[in-house]
This record gives sequence, C-alpha cells and structure tokens, in this order.
Amino acid sequence: MSSPLLEIKNLSKSFPGVKALDGVSLTLNAGSVHALMGENGAGKSTLMKCLFGVYRPDSGEIYINGERVDIGSPKAALLSGVAMVHQELSQATKLSLMENIFLGRFPLYTPYLPIINRAKMKRDTEEVFSQLGLTAEPERIMETMSVSERQMAEIAKAVSYDAKIIVFDEPTSSLTEKEAERLFGIIEALRKRGCGIIYISHKMNEILRICDTVSVMRDGKMISTEQSKDMTTEKIIRLMVGRELSEGYPKRSSKTDEVLFSAEGLIGEYSRLKSASLTLYKGEILGIAGLDGSGRTELLEAIFGISKLRSGRLMLRGKEIKNRSPREAIKNGFALLTEERRRSGIFGILDINANTVISSLDSISGLGVVSDRRAREATEKTVRRLRVKVHTEKEKIRNLSGGNQQKVILGRWLLTKPSVLLLDEPTRGVDVGAKYEIYSILASLSNEGRGIIVVSSEMPELLGICDRIAVMSGGRIAGELDARQATQEEIMTLAARFAE
Amino acid sequence: MKNDGIFVRAIDGFKERVGSYKRRFTEFSQLEGGEKARRISEILLDRAMLIILVIAIIVIAVMRPKFVSAASIINIISLTAAKLPIALGIGGAIVLTGTDISAGRIVGLTACIAASMLQMTTYVNKMFPNMATMPVWVVLLAAIVVGALIGAVNGFFVAKFKLHPFIVTLSTQLIVYGLVLLYLQIGSNAGQTLSGLDPSYLDFVSGPLFYIAGIAVPRYVLYAIILTVLIWFIWNKTVFGRNMFAVGSNEEAASVSGVNVFKTILLVFALAGATYGITGFIEGARIGSAASYTGLNYESDAIAACVIGGVSFVGGTGKVSGIVGGVLLLQIIFVGLTFLSVDQNMLYIIKGLIILFACALDMRKYLKRR
Repeated sequence: MSSPLLEIKNLSKSFPGVKALDGVSLTLNAGSVHALMGENGAGKSTLMKCLFGVYRPDSGEIYINGERVDIGSPKAALLSGVAMVHQELSQATKLSLMENIFLGRFPLYTPYLPIINRAKMKRDTEEVFSQLGLTAEPERIMETMSVSERQMAEIAKAVSYDAKIIVFDEPTSSLTEKEAERLFGIIEALRKRGCGIIYISHKMNEILRICDTVSVMRDGKMISTEQSKDMTTEKIIRLMVGRELSEGYPKRSSKTDEVLFSAEGLIGEYSRLKSASLTLYKGEILGIAGLDGSGRTELLEAIFGISKLRSGRLMLRGKEIKNRSPREAIKNGFALLTEERRRSGIFGILDINANTVISSLDSISGLGVVSDRRAREATEKTVRRLRVKVHTEKEKIRNLSGGNQQKVILGRWLLTKPSVLLLDEPTRGVDVGAKYEIYSILASLSNEGRGIIVVSSEMPELLGICDRIAVMSGGRIAGELDARQATQEEIMTLAARFAE
Repeated sequence: MKNDGIFVRAIDGFKERVGSYKRRFTEFSQLEGGEKARRISEILLDRAMLIILVIAIIVIAVMRPKFVSAASIINIISLTAAKLPIALGIGGAIVLTGTDISAGRIVGLTACIAASMLQMTTYVNKMFPNMATMPVWVVLLAAIVVGALIGAVNGFFVAKFKLHPFIVTLSTQLIVYGLVLLYLQIGSNAGQTLSGLDPSYLDFVSGPLFYIAGIAVPRYVLYAIILTVLIWFIWNKTVFGRNMFAVGSNEEAASVSGVNVFKTILLVFALAGATYGITGFIEGARIGSAASYTGLNYESDAIAACVIGGVSFVGGTGKVSGIVGGVLLLQIIFVGLTFLSVDQNMLYIIKGLIILFACALDMRKYLKRR
C-alpha cells in the first residue's frame, strides 16, 4: 500500500504555561474526509496552525506523500499542497475576487517587469471556478459578497494552488442550510479529485453525514480515531467532554399567560427590519429562528436601542416605553448579550472584575466612587453562581475560554437585574460542556419570572430550550411555532417565506 | 473575608505573591536548557527599561559622582514634578487609544494668561496696567478652567464626530497657538514675553517647601504629588475611571454595556486640559516668564513618558505609577546625559531612540506569541 497523503507523527507544542499539543498523531488518506473534533481549547486549531506553518511545533514530524516536510510559513504550506479555509475568513475585502485568489503571485506579462496581466488572472479564475462547477465573477469586490460566496473564493484559491490537503475550519457556522448543501457538494467533488479533507466542526449531524473518519481531541491529546459509521453523536460528545453529559436540555415549565413585553410593528430606520411584532410572556423563553440576514440581530438591536426605529412601539408590563439608547434600555430592565463576543461583548485587556461590574457600577458606588469591596463581592458571587472557571478575579478575560467569557457577560447582565434578556447566539463558540451549563442558567432565569428572547442558528437548541419559536424572514416575523411540536422542516419553510 | 482589615489583606496578598514566585521558580527549574534561556531573556526584556536605568545611573554616578548629590537629586525630582501633570493628563487620552498633541500649546496659553494676570503692579511693561494684583488661587483656577474648556472642545469633537484625537488636537493646537499670539497683542504688549511676575506668584509656585541638606525643594513638587494622588484616585476608584478603561478597551462593548461613551471621552479630554492648565500656571512662575513658545513640544516628552511607563496605545491599560516612573526615567536620563556633557543635539537623537525602543518593547506584550 502506498503511503498516506498526510501523516502527522507525535507533534507537540507548548505555550508558556500550557501544553497545547501533546504527542498528537493523525493520518489522512487521499479521497477521504476526516473530521477533527474537540471542545474549544482541545488543540484542534493549534494542530492545524502547525500544519499550516503558522506555529512551529516543538517536536514531531509531518509527512506528505511519505516525504518529510518542514512547513515554516503559510506560503510554504500552500506550496506543499496544504490549504486552509478559515472559520473567520481573512481576505482583502476591498480587492476583487481574482486579486484575492492570486494575491502574492499575480501573473505578470513578463517576469522582468512588475506589470500585472489582468486578462490572464481573469481567465485563470474562471477556469478554477469551473473546475468546482461554479461560475465566477472575477472582478467582483469581496466585501459585496455573502459569507458563502467568500468561502467559495477561499476554496477556489485552495484549488488554484493545486492543494491536495484542504482544512475546513467550521465552514458552515455562518451558512444557511442551502449554502451548506452546496458546500457539501463541493467537498464531495474535491474528495473525488483525490484530495484529503480535514473537517473541523461542532455540528454532529453534519460530521456523521459527510465524514469517513472521526478523530477526537481533548486537552492537547488525540483521544480516539474511528470510522464515522461506528460513531454516534452521544459517543463523540462523551469522548470530547471526557464524561457523560447528564441530560440534554433542562426541563422547565415556567411560562405564564401574563404578558411581560411586546414589540409592535418595529420598522428600522436604516436596518433591514421591515415590520416585526412579538409578545413575550413572563417566565418564557422565546426563540427567534431565521437565516443569516433575516433581521434577527437587527430586531434585538432595535429593541435594545442600538439602532434607530422609524416606527413601532415597545410595551413593558402594559406601559409604553422608549429605548433610545442602550443606557435607556438598561434602565428599563433590558439586557443584550451580543452575537460577536470579541467585538462588542468583552473588554479583552481588562480583568474579570472590570468585565463583570461594568454595567452595574451605579449600584455599587456612591458619589461616583466605586466601592472596591462591593465590586469584588459582586464578582465573586457571579463567578460562583455561573461557575466560571477562573483562578482570581484579576485574571484578564481574554485568557478565558469562550464559554467562560460568555458566562462572565451573562453574569454582567444578571447584576443589572433585567426583566427582559435578549440573547444573540448565546452558545456560539462555546464548547459543549459550557453550552449545557448556559442552558440550565437560562432555565433558572426563566423560572425567576424573567422573559428571555434567544436568537440562534442552531435549531435543535431552539427546539430544546424554548417555549415558542418566532421565525424571521426578510426582516419580518414569518410565523410562530410551539417549540414542543415544531420540527426543523417547519422552521426552514417559514424561514424561506420572505427570503430575498 | 468580609471583615478583614486592610493589613490582613495586605499580608494575605504578600503571602500569595511569595507563593506564586515560589511556584514559578519550581516550574522554571524544571524547564530544559534552551527553554530556560528563552524564559530568562523574556524576563530581562520585560524589565529592560528598568535595567537600562539602573545601569545608566551606576555608570553616570561612577563617572560623575556629583550626579548623585543632594542638589542633583532634588533637581531631578523638581524637573519630574514639573513634567508630571501634563503626562498624567495625556495618559488618559492614550488609555482611550487616543493622543493629545495640543497639550504644549494649551500650556503656553494658560501660562500667558496666568503671567499676564500676575505681573507686579510696579512693572513698567505690565499687560493690564490698571489691574490690581489678583489672588494667586483665583488665577490658578482660571488656568484650570481655560485648560479644561479647550480639553472639552477636543473631547467633544472626538466623541461626537468620531474623529481621531490626533486630527482633532492637531487642529486645536493651531487654533490655541493663534489665540496665544492674539492674546499677547493685547494693550501695548505687542507680542512680547510676559515677565516682571509678582512675588506672591513666584513664591506660591517655586518658593521653598522645605530644605534638604540646605537645598530648597520647590512647592510645585507638593502640587505635583497632590495631583498624582488625585488622578490615581480618579483612575482607580471612580465610576468615571472604570468607564474610561472600558471605553479604551472596547468602545462598542462599553456602549452596549450602558457606559455613557460620549460623556466619558469628553471628561477624559477635559481632565487632560485641566492638567495642562495647572502645568501652564506652574511653568509661568517656574521659568519666571511666559511667551508664545512656552510649552512648545511638551506633549512629546509626556507621550514618551506614558509609553515608557506602560500606558499602551493598544488602549485600556496604564497605571499612574507607570507614568510617574516614565517621567522620572526620562528626566534621570536627560540630566545624566547633561552631566556627561553630551552634546545638546545628541540629546534629541537619544530621546528618539529611547521612545522607539520603549514602544517596541511595549508592543512585544501584545503581539501574538508564535
């Protein structure tokens, strides 16, 4: 038998204080799709960064087609046939599609003069896209494209380098169902071309469907590699977490018939919100489903006073209120956990204490002077209550895992004693263990009589924790479903109703 | 935990620190040779400025023993005190990832205002011949208010129109300079330097606080200390201070978290302006006169001191103690170089190199380790 396409042997890599990879081995055959699973921080990204030349391993070897390679930079990786389609696309968004594909190796008329042969670049781009069964718009500027289209560009770039090993890092996290299907088709085509695919994702059903082999990492070690036909979702989760997960979703029955909050006919001044109304009951968890760009985030931002409304009314406990700024919304008892934690959630460079009490400084201060004691107590209480894993409150929040960061932000809002919690993708980038902890926190908050609105792209999650699910489509509420009886198909049908 | 006194907590903190050093040492001693060397070089680099300072002091003291005499030390302390307020003000702007290049010109304007209001009644060239001697503290207040107002204008444009502070203060420093020149044209002054300052003013600022080994420590050292304590309190103990660090760390998150970002930015720049006003008031008497060029380029030393002291342009980080250290370090080096009779022109080059070096060291902390 010939040597495998890629062989990683005993790779180790340490960072100050952490052993990120501990003797990890992995074998990838040509024409196969190999899933790499693990909680955040398990070492998947570090392993891939070593393969892609971003990090240098401390020890261990990498063989491609049986030949030992030393990958010193991403450029070297590309030249050895390794390409990566990143989770967060890093592209020159102001440049065109073709310029992005040929960035760093623009075709020239003659090697002696730096004059770019744009015609050739255009032809080559079209050629690569046609190999994938797609049509290209080579001159289109990247920032005018959807995430899915930009991802296709990234894949085309990999193909243009004639990459044999392609790593997909959570490629479907911001794709719609339909776009994901198209991606799977392309992955299948790549597989048939004899490529080896490493596929990183948290979505179990997707993994079990498209992958041949599943490897699970935990704490920097390779725990298990098995044929995907021998795997089940439960087994993978057990291997990832290293223990049995007690139960899926917490049982709850706190919804009342008392209306807590309602929004009527919200139309955004600048956003794509085109008339949305909803009612939230006391003790209820209301889910909001919909495709990317259906206006889910915009709805929450409008309620929280971040974006301006052209018209519409907000009613809290039967009285009309105005949320013209986040400050006003907070005073009215609202809280918003934003979708992009790093951009608008955490204060990365500040410690846990500062991150926890920032929204409730008024309640722990007098005459503008903060009581250090009360700030510390509030932080300790939050850390205990939400079981945030930290050594001291002086630790910088950016050193925590995604799940723990999310808990701190949730705790920040709990200190403001909100009656309506707005949560935008609360479990995105959060590992499995912490996910279920967040669900049980939400359950206990609803039991306290608060109203919770959860926006999520993960339908099982919405079906599992919500009482009702409102589905958005094209800036409107396309319909409402009872979460106990709804199916994913029903949600998808509604989501497509007004889709542009 | 709740009723522990401050001493118990201090002792606990100390024990914890000793414990962590011990832990780090055992961890360190288990490392391999290459890793050990890397760790040592990292520890040294993290403290490079301090190490350079200590070496510089020792070298200069050996070559010129007078460098460590009481007179020289008091001189360094006085210079540090004079430069400190402006650095404390700019520090806040840097915490917000901004900067403030209008500082020097605001010092100039407030120095001229203070000097013009506090000239001797008997002085022939008095700018306002019919004005009686003002109470010194009224003039101090006036300088602070003028500084704070101009600072608030800076802050308003930064906060309201989301302009970069560099652009805003680049513009205001020009406007302020124009104002200084116009101000100096008042009456029959015709742009001349304002001197003949009233003894009450000179004494209030530069009079002896106390003597060490027969050498007077000027009063403005005390004012600098008071201001430092005040700024430390504002930064560390107030809602405003916490909001300032939050806005500097992540403006968008601050806004979503309910921080009044507009007010915070406005206040940071107004507070900075107030410190320039104080500096202007002190500079007039410290130098003994005020002119259109008073305060010129003061901001560059202040920004340098902040960066050396660890107030990073990355935003959201900085300590008052760091700024004090940064100003002190710069003054020690300047005075030391003068003791070594280094050419004045060389001083600029050395200053530039120090700032570059300090910034590079600072950025090391924020670059991704690979």
